[in-house]
Amino acid sequence: MRHTKLFLAAVLLGAPLTFSQDTVIRGGTVLTVTGGTLSPGEVLIRDGKIAEVGTSVTVPDGAEVIDATGMFVMPGIVDAHSHIAAESINEGSVAVSSMTGTGDVVDPYDVNIYRELAGGVTTSNILHGSANPIGGLNVVIKHRWGADAAGLVLEGAPPGIKFALGENPKRSRGMPAGVERRYPATRMGVQDVIRQAFIEAEAYRQEFADYEAAQARGERVLPPRRDMKLEPLVEVLEGTRLVHAHCYRQDEILQLLRVAEEFGVRIATLQHVLEGYKVANEIAAHGAGASTFSDWWAYKVEAYDAIPHNAALMTERGILVSINSDSAEEARHLNQEAAKTVKWGGMSEEEALKMITINPAIQLGIGDRIGSLEAGKDADLAIFDRHPLSTYAVNQMTFVDGEMLFSRERDQAMRETMAAERAELEEKLSEADAERGPGRRGPREGVRR
Amino acid sequence: MTRVGRNAFGIALALSSVCAVAAGQEEESWIIQNARIHTLAEGAEPIESGSILIRDGRIVEIGEDVTAPAGAAVIDAAGMDVYPGMMDSVSQLGLTEIGAISATVDTVELGEMNPHLRAATAIHPSSEHLPVARANGITHAVVAPGRLGGFGGGGAGISGQASIVHLDGWTVEEMDINASAGMVLTWPTLSTRSFNLATFSMDRRSFREAKEEYDRQVAELGEVLDAARRYAAAGEAGARERDIRLAALGPVVGGEMPLLILAQGEREIRGAVEFTKEQGVKMILLGGSEAWKVKELLVEHGIPVILGPTQRLPGEEDEAYDQPFTTPGELHDAGVTVAFATFGSSNSRLLPYEAGHAVGYGLPQEAAIRAITVVPAQLFGLAEDFGTLEEGKVANLIVVNGDPLEIRTEVEHVFVNGVPVSLDNRHQSLYERYRARPHPER
Repeated sequence: MRHTKLFLAAVLLGAPLTFSQDTVIRGGTVLTVTGGTLSPGEVLIRDGKIAEVGTSVTVPDGAEVIDATGMFVMPGIVDAHSHIAAESINEGSVAVSSMTGTGDVVDPYDVNIYRELAGGVTTSNILHGSANPIGGLNVVIKHRWGADAAGLVLEGAPPGIKFALGENPKRSRGMPAGVERRYPATRMGVQDVIRQAFIEAEAYRQEFADYEAAQARGERVLPPRRDMKLEPLVEVLEGTRLVHAHCYRQDEILQLLRVAEEFGVRIATLQHVLEGYKVANEIAAHGAGASTFSDWWAYKVEAYDAIPHNAALMTERGILVSINSDSAEEARHLNQEAAKTVKWGGMSEEEALKMITINPAIQLGIGDRIGSLEAGKDADLAIFDRHPLSTYAVNQMTFVDGEMLFSRERDQAMRETMAAERAELEEKLSEADAERGPGRRGPREGVRR
Repeated sequence: MTRVGRNAFGIALALSSVCAVAAGQEEESWIIQNARIHTLAEGAEPIESGSILIRDGRIVEIGEDVTAPAGAAVIDAAGMDVYPGMMDSVSQLGLTEIGAISATVDTVELGEMNPHLRAATAIHPSSEHLPVARANGITHAVVAPGRLGGFGGGGAGISGQASIVHLDGWTVEEMDINASAGMVLTWPTLSTRSFNLATFSMDRRSFREAKEEYDRQVAELGEVLDAARRYAAAGEAGARERDIRLAALGPVVGGEMPLLILAQGEREIRGAVEFTKEQGVKMILLGGSEAWKVKELLVEHGIPVILGPTQRLPGEEDEAYDQPFTTPGELHDAGVTVAFATFGSSNSRLLPYEAGHAVGYGLPQEAAIRAITVVPAQLFGLAEDFGTLEEGKVANLIVVNGDPLEIRTEVEHVFVNGVPVSLDNRHQSLYERYRARPHPER
């Protein structure tokens, strides 16, 4: 008990925990996702990494043993499209906002980090919104609940940027009175903005190339002025920054692929991509990944041809597909969303699980580090009481970097403490009210509103 | 059976039914054999291997030994389960097609007092949403007008009469089950914050201002019901000018039609309960996010709850992360009558999963099934004809290859109003069309 309290305090304070203790999870079914299903299976966690996975692993002296009998151990869920833990997500006043990024506004206190952790999510791609054709930069976080903003960021994840096509960037639903219209207003304009931005970025890159060449020749030249809007786009041209492109309709999808190809760019992921099934051949040929909703449709015109078979059809045509949430709510049951690909489209259970683990991890360029239960990978995992594709499955524990950051049992115990604390505070409040007399509740004197 | 094959079978069945009806062959009948039948009849165990004979839209025989009459179409359901068709207790099916396009949306009329409007007037039988819901086992639904918790909030007042329809029929009249099933009332919200669409930001006001407006709105509702009573009395005395608004409220003040009161917060729920008790009218609570805080009150007054989506976020930052998931089980344990609803249209097919999600968090599986079949039928006075599989009841039923609350379970056959319906829909046909697109040359 004392240990638990210290542990909680450490988590709450965001203090780094040094785990000298090894952890063994045994007795349950292990869904490795990439190496089959082990039943029973065991996992050994050491120094935040998965040290061993198998039907029988080493149990070091002093290791903490977690009995998972009857339970299902799976890799932590990876959400390739999220907007949680960010103070703001849309810099929509300009058509190209690549000088901004969600990494600058990470909010480590967003309770959705914890709520999703409770649903088994351990990694999320925090994207800029879809208000403009070229949006801001993204940040990939781990759900290290208790860490500060910098501590949440998944170190070493390749950088990325948001693009957006269709109804949102052309602002088809109109803006409130007093807000000026902004180019573009059509899908033609969206493509133009992206092409112009790439042209600018090429010219900017050339300026630096010329500058470096001149320097190499020993000439004394001034460096070009830095442009924070174009620098990320140069990285896109260089292939070192991933493009995550919000899109719906087949025509706009093709238009983006073609303009990207014009500049030698490969789009990393098409996000939402609800009509991806119509141009699956072309997406596969381009080599883009696809990250889609399980079954949302009809909320706008460009979502009217959305079908729940989209993920399966794209998979059948050779596209790497993930199921994302785009919603703090949906993210809490991505395991169920994955199950829908079994129902609609006939995916195997393993293919379905891949869509919320290793596939999004690969799409984000971190597939060698997370997304499956393999020795050497980060010990990010979730333990469900039933097969995670069951509607009835409830996540019991979530580990991030080997630390148990969610436990259903612990959460339930914590509720009593919180209720007691709340009651105490409310009592103090009413005492204070009584002292002040009736009708005097309000801000303390001297406090400005 | 493969998916395509099954659908072909479904279409063939549907066509045969259509032909039969067109030709007026009253004796057209179907028999489902070798099925595990979950009748959901009070106290009854499932029939492990039985048959259901369907004729003239009704279940005429059900049991272990049912002789197939000559000419009856046989459906072999070996290894499959039969359940009553699912009922979405509050939906907007047929009232909205594409949410962002107002031309396709008929959910919310102008004005705060529209008791004379009926959802059935605007239900579009050709909506693509209907076959999509149907294909996943939703056979009938309550369609309710109003802003049911949608974007923007507000909208307190009476938005009109909810209608119950079969999710199949050539016309809305053929779909009709009860066009005036309940009066939808969005309870005023006592909130100091409101969203301003013009500035896209939150406006704030003092609690006193909010309370004054709330009290005024509640008083006005009381006045309208009083007026409806006077109107009814005047009618009995034989002297009145026609007022269709007040006339529409007659069944409410007469205690025949329930008020379907949409209220989420504890304070609002308490206010609505107090109001309906004072007024002596029937109430069904819709939404009820914080119903878990007033369980005893709901039990005491016998008020059932049609819960909003289970899959939603907690209302408050410090609320338990799983409160929306545990609420159905908590209410059930306390003795509150609970039904589930999607409150939507495109997502109506997800009804079984809203119920299923609560099972992992404490609601007994059988209670979850009943909450989307028997219970809503009882709540809306349809229990004689709907909700269970018993002789004489309307044949709205589903044949599935497992537990219908499990996502991986497939719906194999759906009967609506006594005939098998096609499981084809916009999604299935787009899927088949694009799945057949040639692969690129390799």
